[in-house]
Amino acid sequence: MHCAKHYGLLTAAVISLAGCGGKEESAPVPVAEAKELRVYNWSDYIAEDTIANFEQQSGIKVTYDVFDSNEVLETKLLAGRTGYDVVVPSANFLERQIQAGVFMQLDPAKLPNLGNMDPEIMARVAQHDPGNAHAVPYLWGTTGIGYNPDKVKAALRVDAITSWAQILDPASAAKLAQCGLTLLDAPSEVVDSALIFLGRDPNSEAAEDLAAAEELLQKIRPHVRYYHSSQYINDLATGEICVALGWSGDVLQARDRGAEAETPVNVAYSIPSEGAIMWFDMLAIPADAPHPGNAHAFINFVMDPQVIAGVSNYVSYANGNAASVALLSDDVRHDASVYPTAEVAARLHPHLAESQEYSRELNRAWTRIRTGQ
Amino acid sequence: MRRWSLGAGRFAVTAVPALWLLLFFAVPFLIVLKISVSGMRLGMPPYEPLITWASSLVFELRVHLDHYAFLWQDPLYRNAWLNSLQVAAVSTLLCLLLGYPLAWGIARATPAWRNLLLLLIMLPFWTSFLLRVYAWLGILKNNGLINNTLLALGVIDRPIVMLQTDFAVYLGIVYSYLPFMVLPLYAAIEKLDQTLLEAAADLGCRPFRAFLAVTLPLTWGGIVAGSLLVFIPAVGEFVIPALLGGPDSLMIGRVLWEEFFNNRDWPVASAVAIAMLLLLVLPIVVFQHVQGRTPVVR
Repeated sequence: MHCAKHYGLLTAAVISLAGCGGKEESAPVPVAEAKELRVYNWSDYIAEDTIANFEQQSGIKVTYDVFDSNEVLETKLLAGRTGYDVVVPSANFLERQIQAGVFMQLDPAKLPNLGNMDPEIMARVAQHDPGNAHAVPYLWGTTGIGYNPDKVKAALRVDAITSWAQILDPASAAKLAQCGLTLLDAPSEVVDSALIFLGRDPNSEAAEDLAAAEELLQKIRPHVRYYHSSQYINDLATGEICVALGWSGDVLQARDRGAEAETPVNVAYSIPSEGAIMWFDMLAIPADAPHPGNAHAFINFVMDPQVIAGVSNYVSYANGNAASVALLSDDVRHDASVYPTAEVAARLHPHLAESQEYSRELNRAWTRIRTGQ
Repeated sequence: MRRWSLGAGRFAVTAVPALWLLLFFAVPFLIVLKISVSGMRLGMPPYEPLITWASSLVFELRVHLDHYAFLWQDPLYRNAWLNSLQVAAVSTLLCLLLGYPLAWGIARATPAWRNLLLLLIMLPFWTSFLLRVYAWLGILKNNGLINNTLLALGVIDRPIVMLQTDFAVYLGIVYSYLPFMVLPLYAAIEKLDQTLLEAAADLGCRPFRAFLAVTLPLTWGGIVAGSLLVFIPAVGEFVIPALLGGPDSLMIGRVLWEEFFNNRDWPVASAVAIAMLLLLVLPIVVFQHVQGRTPVVR
């Protein structure tokens, strides 16, 4: 306890020194940090004991809040003074938020566990955050297809879904309409997936690419039950729907819930052979965070192989921590839908941030797709 | 002296609501108005300052009206607006048709029953609005309460798709806002002098004619109050269409949300909010004004 207090004081001193020289730190840094930390993370996105263990180890009291969309987090961050010390945006959002001056630079000296991180993953996220200056990867996943093998077999006469064509080709989508086909209400991920199916570059931002994706999505629109980013978890697990374009870990949570149900429901996840979008959720510290020292301590704690392995085992999302791989449970480590094979990983596309102009065009196209006008 | 103290008393009484309106309506409105004419940027906050000071005396004022022009050019906003008006109008009418007999029944019940019935009208407010909308998800879905019951009874052999339809949106809005219609109607009907109807009957007026000639004009205030209480929030309703509505339910609340959260375009989002307020409030103010001048008595 005494030791931890001392550490807190020291941290604050270092931070205030960095604050004088750094360009991005404008918030006044208190002399000593209270033993508090406010974390804002995605819902259902941490192990049950992670926070309690951190509190016990550090003596820091954690307030843990959750969100369920990048847009909500971003709007709070852009408004400023969130009071949060650690937030978890996806890398494509983080990229733009860094440009807006939302985050402070991390101090590597306070993150000794950085050495545990997988260099390949760090290189991938450096596409969003040059030099890994502002954030470290928390968990990552893919945007693919969750489905009910029994119902899909009845509708399409196939054993497994292996291609985007099976849900994005209008003739095939029509056959899935009765048992329930749903898409995420996330414009860029659905449009990017459509572009991958069409063999085009999902990050081109070209007008003709967007138009081609829109035309395709308009054609399957009559067969889509709904566009929603979380409801499909429950609906897959209960058999209310049979196919969902969704996020890997969410589908795997649906799989677990379905297996536990009174009348078990089968759910499987597929990364289609054409490839898919790969995304990262990142731990970052807002520039005006009240407890930046504690925030560094928390991020360092999460990079402990034992801790992050516990999280991955619990939520079925892959992490970017090379040292944790040996500590993962077998069914997570050997699950190709969590950790894709090297061959599949080669076909995963990054999800880069969009320009403001393209973003507006994309969202406008999405409204036309969703409403059919 | 007496006149003066009366004036001071009046001032004190009106000052509280006036201050309330200033703090919680006028100030936020002006902030939103300011953002709606600011330029957009990538930063914190995501809009440019309206006034930049070159020195302590010289400043530059930049007003962007192009956001409003943008709303006019893209049919999206007009369509969403008209669709919201339609949904709100139909819901208000349904609430009125359901609420009037309900309020009538409560007002005419014995005092003991009346209190119980009023309590029942208000009871749902003890549960969160969001939870009650979620409850409808469980009732309406394909393997939900209604479909499972009908399937078990053999009435249908395939679930009726009710969720994510316009039907579910109307049901959700009417269900959620019905108390706001019933309570003002109850207050109006309860005050209605029963002897007037007896007089009408004595003079040979049939019940339906008496309703049109006596009851309706005398409860008109309750009808207007209830309808406005339902109509205004229903136009901007976001939660119910988002949870119960289908993908094609295009309402202005949703469009506003998308401008703010998806496009990160606070100025355009604010312009939508201001335009919505003006298009909604001005006609109502005019309507109230006309209502106030011509009392509806035949």
